[in-house]
Amino acid sequence: MAKRKSDVGTLYKGSPGQWSWLLHRITGVAVILFLFAHVVDTAVVGWGPEAYNRVVGVYHNWVVKLLELGLVAAVLYHAINGVKIMVFDFWPSSARHMKGIALASTIVFVLSMIPITIIMGHGILDSAGVF
Amino acid sequence: MSVEAPERPTPSPRGGSPGIRGRERPVGGFELWSWLFMRISGLVLLILAVGHVLIMHVWDDGVDRVNFGFVAARWQSPFWRTWDWALLVLALIHGINGLRIIVQDYVRWPAVRFAVDMAFLVIGFALFVLGTVVVFTFDPSRWPGTV
Repeated sequence: MAKRKSDVGTLYKGSPGQWSWLLHRITGVAVILFLFAHVVDTAVVGWGPEAYNRVVGVYHNWVVKLLELGLVAAVLYHAINGVKIMVFDFWPSSARHMKGIALASTIVFVLSMIPITIIMGHGILDSAGVF
Repeated sequence: MSVEAPERPTPSPRGGSPGIRGRERPVGGFELWSWLFMRISGLVLLILAVGHVLIMHVWDDGVDRVNFGFVAARWQSPFWRTWDWALLVLALIHGINGLRIIVQDYVRWPAVRFAVDMAFLVIGFALFVLGTVVVFTFDPSRWPGTV
């Protein structure tokens, strides 16, 4: 209660979940901020092919594609960690296996990022003119 | 306390096996509905958002194939228009409610907190209107020969 006052401006500490808690926040904020821009760039489609193709051309730049890989990672992390949160919320007794479930969700994230990084990495190198 | 906004509810020990405390959960009212909404919309977004990202950004050359003609062809299907609109609405509400929860933790002064919350709410509503108009009124036949 009074403890919260001193928490302001510091990291939440005190649970093995503190890092996933922080990553969940960072990835969530990153995704909603991108969504703000993405709704606007998609809306340009209503102004015709010339305008839209110029706007969407920004996404074909390799630096932007690198950020795009980060966006995909953020969405996936947030989604998989969100499932983990729901497991703990709806089956409280699963807290007994907290470390195992946290490890499992991390493994699912890393394993799913391997093929995605290979596929998108190909596109990044392609756009950068490496191939 | 008198100048501060209300604290979030303190976690309380819940059921389950002895020695196991559940995670923090609102006890009732708006915050409980918000808590429930985040989880239900999260499950739906697991399909809508992750599916969207894999289809549009990873699969089949990803964003390289996206241009006006691609969008025009895709939005000939009411299925994709509905998918994209549902994704727009759920992601905006889920995201802006998420921002509200983060603001509760870092913005302590009630007037500033209210202003920041309102700013996000206005941005969210404007984008909801813009996105909804585009998804449902887009008509590529206004630009013949592009599909």
